[in-house]
Order: sequence, then structure tokens, then C-alpha cells
Amino acid sequence: MYTAPFHYRRAASLTEAEEMFRSSDDARYLAGGQTLVPTMKQRLAAPADLIDIARIASLSFVRREANALIIGAGTRHADVAASQDVKNAIPALAHLAGEIGDPAVRHKGTLGGSIANNDPAADYPAGVLGLGATVKTTKRTIAADKFFTGLFETALEPDEIIIEVSFPLPRRAGYAKFPNPASRYAMVGVFVADFGSAVRVAVTGAAPFVFRMTEMEAALAKRFTPDAAAGIVVSPDGLNSDLFGSAEYRAHLITVMAKRAIAAAVL
Amino acid sequence: MTALSLTVNGKPVNADVEDRTLLVHFLRDHLLLTGTHVGCDTSQCGACMVHVNGRAVKSCTIFAVQADGDCIETVEGLAKDGVLHPVQAAFQEHHGLQCGFCTPGMIMTAIDMLGRHEQLDEATIRRELEGNICRCTGYLNIIKAIRSVAEAR
Repeated sequence: MYTAPFHYRRAASLTEAEEMFRSSDDARYLAGGQTLVPTMKQRLAAPADLIDIARIASLSFVRREANALIIGAGTRHADVAASQDVKNAIPALAHLAGEIGDPAVRHKGTLGGSIANNDPAADYPAGVLGLGATVKTTKRTIAADKFFTGLFETALEPDEIIIEVSFPLPRRAGYAKFPNPASRYAMVGVFVADFGSAVRVAVTGAAPFVFRMTEMEAALAKRFTPDAAAGIVVSPDGLNSDLFGSAEYRAHLITVMAKRAIAAAVL
Repeated sequence: MTALSLTVNGKPVNADVEDRTLLVHFLRDHLLLTGTHVGCDTSQCGACMVHVNGRAVKSCTIFAVQADGDCIETVEGLAKDGVLHPVQAAFQEHHGLQCGFCTPGMIMTAIDMLGRHEQLDEATIRRELEGNICRCTGYLNIIKAIRSVAEAR
């Protein structure tokens, strides 16, 4: 047995999940489990109670509204990648979902699970921040700019559950990542979104958590071309450095991925 | 402990398991279905691939209790009445294995991708195999085997 002992409980509704959480001294929610289960296997997490919210059917949906695309927090990456509504409304987001991990990971992993975990190299945080999405939870709505707060840290309270994410529709958007060849996590991933009046650029994989490149946003607002991004010199200060790549290498990758993301957006 | 009730290779299975039992260990140690392998144990190699409700999933990255009520298909369920599944036959025909350790996972992934794509070119097969690692690096014949099944349909 790899993990510490725990008590598994399956919730049929959000209300039941919250009740289960409140009745425990040490609980964690489990969605697709593609990060939490490996983390528990390494005993980096050892909750006493594991509350499975993956079967709550109301959390899994894609809905197109006039000015936004709403995706349920329990929607699997594979379903987002294959959704015609997502492909029509924000093709870059369907592309991003189809780039996460590998097919088996995409069959289990969920949007809500990914952003609640806020892995520094996860793909979805770049899409959520890059599009300026709004996260709706059991308690409130949180703007993407306020949601991601640190390494594996978010604005979520321990018992709070993400219900859905609302993505505003950009004029055009693109996502490009340089994946780690083994894990498929982003060494660097860049999401660019052109809203006409404003441009947003979000970077994952490069720093302790996803961040916006405001200098590049200003340059792209004037001219939304790969060349405009190429003129921005990215400082390696504060960027991640590990056995897969130095901070300088990641700084260079940010520009390269930004150019590719813009090229994909203007295609 | 949790009382599980699920379907494995078409047969109903009831068992009491400790909640922390991974699905791969439930299959191998409780049901003695040892065709599903444990390779990297870190969700990367795909040797433990099974189908849960028709979708390829890494059984080292899911607890057995999460699959309570579900339909599981393992490599042992593929051959019918002594006749190999077309994907198994293609792996044999094209020698899509060297040591064979990754083969059950490769075959379960191949069947999953064949179900999701009407057309399968080499680039798509390679992309779809991103979650399966063959440490003999015998990918060329694996790809050949999968292509032959796609083209014979």
C-alpha cells in the first residue's frame, strides 16, 4: 500500500460533499485524481477523508452563452478538447485541453481539479488567467486575476468547491507550450488572447505560479503579431530553474512560445 | 474497507477492499488478473492501462473504490473463445513487441484510440501514444500494428 490509510466517501451532490467535508477534521476533495492520487502515493498528502466529487453530474457540462463560454468544473479535459461548442467559441481553449498530459490523463482530469491544484506547470491556469475568466464556487465568484495566489495556492477556502468557470469570448486567442517530454507538463506555456480593446498574455511553467506579462500585453495591444512579441526581452529573475531547464532557458522559451501562440491565434 | 461491486471483463465482481487499494493492485492481487502491469508507478508509462466505462485510464492513478459500479476491461478480456482481438493479432503479425512488458498497456491504448478516430495516420498514432512508454523503444512496429488495424476497417 502506497498511500496512508484514508476513508473514501462518494458525494452525490454539492450539498452532500460540503456536509461530508464539515463532518471531517481532515478532508480533501477528489475530482479526477490525476494529481492528488500521485501526490498521495508519494505521501506528500495524507487526508483522513477523501470526498469524491467526480460523480456529481451537474458539474460536467459545456454551455455557450452570448458573451461567454461556461464550462463545468467536473468536465474532463478530453470532453473539453472534443467539444464542438468549445472549438467554435474558443478554439485555443480546446487546443489547450487536448495538450494536457496524455489521453488517459485527459479521460480523468477535470478543469476544476486542475485550477484548484494550481500546479506551477499546469496548462489550464494559463487559459483561465489568459482569458480573464471568472471562477464560480459554492461561496462566490472569483476573478482569475485574484484566483491564483502562489505555488499550489489559490484563493479557495478548504471547503469551497469550484462549480464552473466562465470564459469571456476573445476575438482571437492562441496557446503554445513546450512540454517536458516525459511528464507532458509545460516547461513553458503561453496563452494569448486578443479582446480588441485589450490583450492578455498568461505564462505557465516558468515561475512558481501562472502570471501575466503586462509589458508584452501592451506591445501586442498596439500590434498583435509574433514580431511584436519578439521585441520583448524577458528577464530570468524569479523564473524556475531545475534539471530540465535554467531560468535563462525558460525566459527565452517565453518569447518563443508567445510568438507561436500569436501565430496560432492569427491563423 | 469498502464493499465494491463492479464488472470486470463482463463478469460481476464483489469484493471488500481497503479504501487505499489502487485499481491496478485490486486487479492483480485480488482478482489475479496480472496482465495489467505496474511499470513506472508515477502515471507516466501506461503499462497499467485499462478501460473504465470504455475509456483508457491508468489503473495506478485511480483507487479501486473510485471505480465502484463501473465496467472495467483488461487485456485478459479481449480474446474471445480463444481468438485474439484484432489489435492483439496485429501486434503478433507486425511483431509490435520486444520484451512485451508494455504490450498490455499499448494494446489497451490502441483499442481506445481506434475507437475515437475514424482515420489514424502515423502522426496521430504517435501523439495518442504519448502516455505509453516502451523501454525497448520498439515503437515502429507498434505503430505499424495499430495502422494495419485502422486501415483494415
